[in-house]
Amino acid sequence: MTPETAWANAMKFENRADPYPFFDELRRTPVAKVAEKTYVVTGYRELLALAHDPRISSDISRSPLTPDREAGGPQSIIMSDPPDHDRARRQVMRHFGPPHSPDVIPDMEPTVVRLCNGLLDKAKAYDKTRIDVVDDFAYPVPVAVICSILGVPVEDEPSFHDWIFDFLAGEDLGPDGATAEGQVRAEKGEVAGVALNQYLTDLIARFVREPGEGLLSKLLHDDGPDGPMSPGEAVANAGLLLVAGHDSTVNTITNCVMTLLRNPGSFDLLRRRPELIPGAIEEVQRLQSPVQFFPSRSATDDIEIAGTTIPAGSAVHLVYSAANRDPAVFAHPNRFNPKRSDNEHFGWGSGIHTCLGGPLARLEVNLALETFLRRVENPQLVVDPPPYRQSQIFRGPRHLLIDIDRIND
Amino acid sequence: MIADIVDAFKAEGRIVIVGASLAGLRAAETLRDEGFNGRLTIIGDERHQPYDRPPLSKQVLKGWVPADHTELPQMRELDADWRLGVAAVGLDRVNMEVHLADGDKVPFGRMLIATGTRARQWFNPKEAALQGVFTLRTSDDAARLQAALNAGPGRVLIVGSGFIGSEMASVCRELGLAVTVAERADAPLVGALGGVIGEIAAQMQRDHGVDLRTGVSVEALEGDLEGGSSGHVRRARLSDGTMLDVDVVVASLGSIRNIEWLEGSGLATGFWGVACDAGCRAFDINGVVTDNIFVAGDVARAPHVLYDYEFLSLEHWDNAVLGAQVAAHNMVRLETDRVPHLPLPSFWSGQFGVNIKGVGVCSFGDEIVITQGSTKERRFAAAYGRDGRIVGAVTFNHGKWLEYYGAMIERSAPFPPPPPGYDRPADMTPIPARFPDPRVPTGTPDVVLTGHDPTQRGAEFRPREER
Repeated sequence: MTPETAWANAMKFENRADPYPFFDELRRTPVAKVAEKTYVVTGYRELLALAHDPRISSDISRSPLTPDREAGGPQSIIMSDPPDHDRARRQVMRHFGPPHSPDVIPDMEPTVVRLCNGLLDKAKAYDKTRIDVVDDFAYPVPVAVICSILGVPVEDEPSFHDWIFDFLAGEDLGPDGATAEGQVRAEKGEVAGVALNQYLTDLIARFVREPGEGLLSKLLHDDGPDGPMSPGEAVANAGLLLVAGHDSTVNTITNCVMTLLRNPGSFDLLRRRPELIPGAIEEVQRLQSPVQFFPSRSATDDIEIAGTTIPAGSAVHLVYSAANRDPAVFAHPNRFNPKRSDNEHFGWGSGIHTCLGGPLARLEVNLALETFLRRVENPQLVVDPPPYRQSQIFRGPRHLLIDIDRIND
Repeated sequence: MIADIVDAFKAEGRIVIVGASLAGLRAAETLRDEGFNGRLTIIGDERHQPYDRPPLSKQVLKGWVPADHTELPQMRELDADWRLGVAAVGLDRVNMEVHLADGDKVPFGRMLIATGTRARQWFNPKEAALQGVFTLRTSDDAARLQAALNAGPGRVLIVGSGFIGSEMASVCRELGLAVTVAERADAPLVGALGGVIGEIAAQMQRDHGVDLRTGVSVEALEGDLEGGSSGHVRRARLSDGTMLDVDVVVASLGSIRNIEWLEGSGLATGFWGVACDAGCRAFDINGVVTDNIFVAGDVARAPHVLYDYEFLSLEHWDNAVLGAQVAAHNMVRLETDRVPHLPLPSFWSGQFGVNIKGVGVCSFGDEIVITQGSTKERRFAAAYGRDGRIVGAVTFNHGKWLEYYGAMIERSAPFPPPPPGYDRPADMTPIPARFPDPRVPTGTPDVVLTGHDPTQRGAEFRPREER
């Protein structure tokens, strides 16, 4: 199989449930050309090197894959380079984590626990013996949390939920994108993207006029060393934080439940030994990275690596989920081992763009999983593999049906 | 068979670890992990369980964490015989015994030297005995100094501005204390990072209100009793004739390796520590490798392939951990299973709101180039080169990029490195790094290249009077 074919297969929707054999195929050439001006990185060491190489840019406007509509104008943190990236990340972190805001994340704990229990109480009240882990449990928690932290009105959730869903489904980097259906999804996604952007623009404009609670308003009215963030940049970052807070955490909670149920004994093991939960979550994150890669990167110079020269100007996809199964680094890479040691995976990225929300996501997933393990009795997967969502980048199940005996108090 | 001897040793041998700090503890844990079930004795001159030192000059001095709250986590049950609060005073290699200060003799089959370093004391013992004169190395030191800072002294004088001296100056400013730093060299941190970075460090100190005085030494301290010769320190005389009113003086003059107890043992000891091979086995005085004595941590010096096989002393946290693990592994393995300790040195410091991180051996270089960011904004990366290859790198608030430099150092990549695709510094021309002559005793750097031959560079300022 040529790298081109392997990559096209990995990107196909029909292989969304298990793209990993194609990544293994690709890894024979750890840095491989898969299309005109496009290179993918599937080896662990190569990915580690390139994630820290200042000749790799994340600035979307420098990428050869960038459609014109994305070029120009303020960009979000994940699609920008230093010094702008560093400054914007500092501006956001001031209102999100230590040293300036050490309480924001820990203060969410009671809310998360209440939400998780509330969702299970609801299922219990209906005597449900079949639940959808995505819709009935995983989705509502991170959304409520990110809205609270950002200051986005939670009553607007139904509208932006649909926009985000359509927007992500429209960004298809595989062969399905070229089909008639793919074109329809792309058009729908574009409309949704415009609507989401308009919504956030209005929200930011309102915060400019009337300061409110939450991170977004604080960004606009900050008197810190980097000053306030411009409204345009705040809109771009609001989109990033809302989608990331919305999507990847949902997928991670779902992936955790799915992985435990796929591996007999592990649900009971974690129930018995909850101190293993944090390590188990990292192992799920390694196996099922919710951001498989992020397609904004490109080479600013010719880069020689692992026998390949990436020419300046090429798009470079660092495929975290592929490198996370590199047998040169992870013994039995396809095996779920909740006690794996030295698990330095790329499930949260690597280098300066490492997941900013990681500490919040870890808290949410830990609490959700703890609650689920304690209260849900004898869960079993109904359909495996479950149906997946369209996106190759933000990969996760659309639904995850499980049968249960009961929900405990 | 030798394999049977090793197995028998693992089952019922005796290992003594001298030194109960980071290296000693991690070595003990590794020995047990490696299946050593024999008798394990850990000897430490401090009465404390192993504790972590980096917080002492930071969180502890700031008053965030009490000095006795930095105990190191113990990763597993050790089943060890702890001999704390009693120093080792001698090594008898013929009878294979460690002699203790209380007269006890502890026999061993194999032993590990992990005695580390101690703070160099103020050179005048009478002045050193004045109240208000401190050094900082141990948890007890930190407790005393923290109490003195907490009492709100009028002015603190820090003598020496290596990493520890600079961190203490930073803490003083955070606590709102007036502080003078006296440095014999032209700038802070020059021993470890050279004059180019030293200038930036000097500016950082001055911007934060430190009264930094360079090119001066402190000649005398005066107390408030008996014509200045006793009581509490109140004045300091600098080499330029200035008199300073001070209430606290911290001598931050670098460290001395704890090798005196090995005198007469016939090992290759000296100013730079105990020489060993890359497998942590000690050399005897003739340069012949020993079989049963291993060395790890700050007190070890070993040849490093990346640096022309020169002997390196690395007073870094991870060198203690990794060196101890390798030493312990090799202590209970057959020759063919032994592994080398070839660390890519790395270090960090926090001062004046800046996170300084480095990799490699900067002081091995003679040129420096700013490679990323802005020195003015104190967020940048810089690479050090020698003979056209990269040998070290330092970052100020740019630590996420170290991986890139570390990988280049590991493969001796060309210097200067290629320019980044963004955030380029205004000037990317390599310039002399301006390291002081290593024989000039300024702030002793954390990494020292000690030459192939113990007499080559080190012997010249071996402080005989302290032995």
